[in-house]
Amino acid sequence: MIRINCPFCGMRDHSEFSYGGDATVTYPEMDAPEAEWAEAVYQRTNPRGPHKEYWHHVSGCRAWLIVERNTLTHEMGAVTFAHAGLAKAVEG
Amino acid sequence: MVSRSPLLANYLPNNAMSPAGPMTILIPSSVMERAQMSGYSVWSVLREGLRGQTGWDRAWRDPQPKTEYDVVIIGGGGHGLATAYYLAKNHGVTNVAVVEKGWLGGGNTGRNTTIVRSNYVQPKSTEFYEHSVKLWENLSHDLNYNVMFSQRGQLGLFHTPAARDAQAKRVNTMIANGIDAELLDREQVRAMVPHLDYSENARFPIIGAIYQARAGTARHDAVAWGFARAADQLGVDILQQTEVTGILREGGKAVGVETSRGTIRAKKIGVAVAGSTGHVMGMAGIERLPIESHKLQAFVSEPLKPLLDCVIGYGAPGAHFYISQSDKGGMVFGGDLDFYNSYAQRGNLPIVQEVAESALAIMPCLGRVKLLRHWAGIMDMSMDGTHIMSKTPVENLYLNAGWCYGGFKATPASGWHFADLIANERPDELTAAFSLDRFERGYAIDEKGMGPTPKLH
Repeated sequence: MIRINCPFCGMRDHSEFSYGGDATVTYPEMDAPEAEWAEAVYQRTNPRGPHKEYWHHVSGCRAWLIVERNTLTHEMGAVTFAHAGLAKAVEG
Repeated sequence: MVSRSPLLANYLPNNAMSPAGPMTILIPSSVMERAQMSGYSVWSVLREGLRGQTGWDRAWRDPQPKTEYDVVIIGGGGHGLATAYYLAKNHGVTNVAVVEKGWLGGGNTGRNTTIVRSNYVQPKSTEFYEHSVKLWENLSHDLNYNVMFSQRGQLGLFHTPAARDAQAKRVNTMIANGIDAELLDREQVRAMVPHLDYSENARFPIIGAIYQARAGTARHDAVAWGFARAADQLGVDILQQTEVTGILREGGKAVGVETSRGTIRAKKIGVAVAGSTGHVMGMAGIERLPIESHKLQAFVSEPLKPLLDCVIGYGAPGAHFYISQSDKGGMVFGGDLDFYNSYAQRGNLPIVQEVAESALAIMPCLGRVKLLRHWAGIMDMSMDGTHIMSKTPVENLYLNAGWCYGGFKATPASGWHFADLIANERPDELTAAFSLDRFERGYAIDEKGMGPTPKLH
């Protein structure tokens, strides 16, 4: 069982969360060339090691989080709110 | 006509021709002699029975790596070994090495739930998986190795009228493509498998099933060993305990591999390492692929007396489950992915609970059965749920990947078409559909219609 330290709720089992995928993906402008969109939609680095990823605390505070996790060892790193404003408010 | 040893020729049925039609193969006479010497037959079993099992040869050689091969296949699972076998058998390319970092079939080949079927709906997938089932049907004879392919039939249960409509469409699509399929109602399913939960208050009421009689299971280890032995007899070098640590490139072309046993040069390199595709392709400078690695757990119970003589699967909101009984008696079953990227070949307890709940929802008689083992394998989950078999941006480097849940059943056809791609340096009409660039061209083959979210395929 992975445990995720939600910045709002504290340490919770991962079964309270829903996985949202690679958090390093950035989408291009709407009118960007198709190749850029194809890259963003389909291509992943899929690292064997440290991975930055989205988790939704769907059975908790319902916040989207950015979690650093090692995909080989499942070691957990930093957990922050995905929403930049929330993340800043918590830091402040 | 396929050339075979006299011993094998007697042993093979007349319909042993491959589905792709007649072909000529080129095998050096010394190799054929060795093949004749160690062919398995009823007579060799009887002879060894009388001699105390002392006369068996090892099933394949343990050679030293040569400094150069025509083709190096990275990955000694079912797909890599099948590729090497068909390179030698179908294309006469015998100067081939299969490079495996662990032992044969120690990855996903030995970790799946061994189900073989061809109940697909997308045009190229139906063709591909049906070719695979046809190869399975003669595989034991072809390899002279009993892969224990058992066409015990597969039932895909459905629980709602909407699911019934979807499966009726699937049946029609399969029949239109020359694949056997039947739509069964509740009573027909009950007659076949009376010990499912048919009660009115079942969590997933069974209203019928899609049935493919030619589907079934095979012994996964035997598939790796059978392909390894048959490839070895055709001259292929199988290099176990040989980890690839780098892919050599010169002027944009792949020219060899660095391994834990030294440098091996190669005119062509095939990568068949599903689960670790991103890691290995990264060695060739290809850092991004339309694949995520996810883990999938599987389970086996203590051995039981005969309880289930077919494969059963079902998918419903909140549950996904498939089960069969091995020849040893263990109930072999599995469910969904763990749903997050992972390269860890180990599972976790929430999935154990989910799969157990799914099992009991449909087969309450399993309630007191003890679990013997559970384990995990790493799936290459592709962006459209379909595999990738393709040339790559690096010349002479070929990729076989992205099998999602479905790699085991594809093993023979995967080897067949990947060998064809490597030998002829161009995809055949079928393989062209599975190219790496299909996503950017807008030709994704999305069997389940889930879009570019790998964990949902």
